Amino acid sequence: MQYAILCYHDEKVTCAWSKEQDDAVMAKLGAVMEKYSRQGKLGPVARLLPTTAATTLRKDREPALVVDGPFAETKEQLLGFYIIDCKDLEEALAFAKELAAANPGGAYEIRPVGVFFPGNAA
Amino acid sequence: MSEHEWIGGIIAAARPQAMAALVRNFRDLDAAEEAFQEACLRALKHWPRNGPPRDAAAWLIMVAKNAGIDSARKQSRLQPLPAEDMISDRSDVEMAEADRIDEADYRDDILRLLFVCCHPDLPATQQIALALRIVSGLSVKQIARAFLVSDAAMEQRITRAKARIAGGQVPFETPGAVERAERLAAVAAMIYLLFNEGYTTNVAEQGAKAALCEEAIRLARLLLRLFPTEPEIMGLTALLLLQHARADARFDADGAVVLLEHQNRDLWDRRLIAEGLALIDKAVRHRRPGPYQVQAAIAALHARAPSFAETDWEEIGQLYGTLERMQPSPVVTLNRAVAVWRSRGAADALALIAPLASKLDGYFYFHGARGAFLKELGRKDEARIAFDRAIALANTPAEAAHIREQIESLAAEEAPRSADQVVAK
Repeated sequence: MQYAILCYHDEKVTCAWSKEQDDAVMAKLGAVMEKYSRQGKLGPVARLLPTTAATTLRKDREPALVVDGPFAETKEQLLGFYIIDCKDLEEALAFAKELAAANPGGAYEIRPVGVFFPGNAA
Repeated sequence: MSEHEWIGGIIAAARPQAMAALVRNFRDLDAAEEAFQEACLRALKHWPRNGPPRDAAAWLIMVAKNAGIDSARKQSRLQPLPAEDMISDRSDVEMAEADRIDEADYRDDILRLLFVCCHPDLPATQQIALALRIVSGLSVKQIARAFLVSDAAMEQRITRAKARIAGGQVPFETPGAVERAERLAAVAAMIYLLFNEGYTTNVAEQGAKAALCEEAIRLARLLLRLFPTEPEIMGLTALLLLQHARADARFDADGAVVLLEHQNRDLWDRRLIAEGLALIDKAVRHRRPGPYQVQAAIAALHARAPSFAETDWEEIGQLYGTLERMQPSPVVTLNRAVAVWRSRGAADALALIAPLASKLDGYFYFHGARGAFLKELGRKDEARIAFDRAIALANTPAEAAHIREQIESLAAEEAPRSADQVVAK
């Protein structure tokens, strides 16, 4: 089963990290990713830019409406995701806990993937 | 990350919103600051034990308000203080407080807090220092280091600025649309000044000053989060991101300034560039251009160019023309001339700056650029006079050294190199 690990955190906090703090967190996350990658379990990973860079297309009307900013104003924002291939939720949780140890604060939503298209963008 | 670091991060992120609400509550900067400090001390004590609250800003506001009441009671010695545990860790109270922080209200609160620092009576450096102290929460010591002055001098500067604000009227009523736009413009200008204060041309200062650039970016993002549909705030944020992206490439190993032309573009921060480009893309869709957007668009063309030679100088020249119409200034015309030089040649560029001679006679970049144009046209003697004048006006040894190189290459009759100081700045 593939799981998406959706990363939520207060971007005001993560944006306030110094470059050194940011690099340190990324290095620790990199080590966890490396481990799962060697086991052939790690799918695509993305870190998203701040929600201030986001645009939302509201398609519940005709014509669709383009709105500046993220879909929802929330205290914690979706800041990135991992796709991981695990045998069960237990293993996905173990992966998320390892990430959490490297990057405390916020929350991970562990969400099973329904349809997966690996894509071909570089 | 250590316990102190994560708590520090959460407090720093919550600070603008909390301070903004407290200033509205106490109507006094010092009282708000004192109460906030008290709340932070309590956070340091309680959060490691109970974990951070769901809404840190609301927690800090509530505890700070109570601390303010406590201290008022302490001073009047009339009523006994409540037990400290009564005012913390009560999530029901916390949630009630959070509910009361209306989104629209807090937007104006933060804008007001920033705007208070932009008081027109305050000189620019005081505005910036005050914003760093009050909004960003930097210590006097940190601010002093970034401004390269002593702690005592900075303490005095901030105290004076506060006194001046206390003497004036702080507008606490909710602003109307026109007022809000004016405040937004003043705050944007202050953030841009803050960034420029950090954008030094001296490598020895870069470490200390980089903090100012980062803080300016943080405030710009904060402002953009409050006003997500304002194209000029997108433009401002993009401009700061795109300029800051080049920070690592601006000095060589010996600490000499590296001009844009010679910068190693691999050292540019691609993540900041991506964010800046995304913002300018968004801004352009609004079709309400402004000076920050135009400057960001120029920076975006540099960021997108794979090399100096492949830069779209024609487009940059046109954008400077647009900027000239919005904010006529001889310096902007000079910048346009440098772009025209790249796209259409030195003769056109020289003609463009001819009328500026009297206005920019005391300006290093004017003579440096003029010398470069003349040199390329083979008017060596005139070029030499312009370069000599530039050296006399150089602000740093690096600038003088760069012009001296030009003079040497004149003498050696080498192929022309550029004095592209203006664009590189």
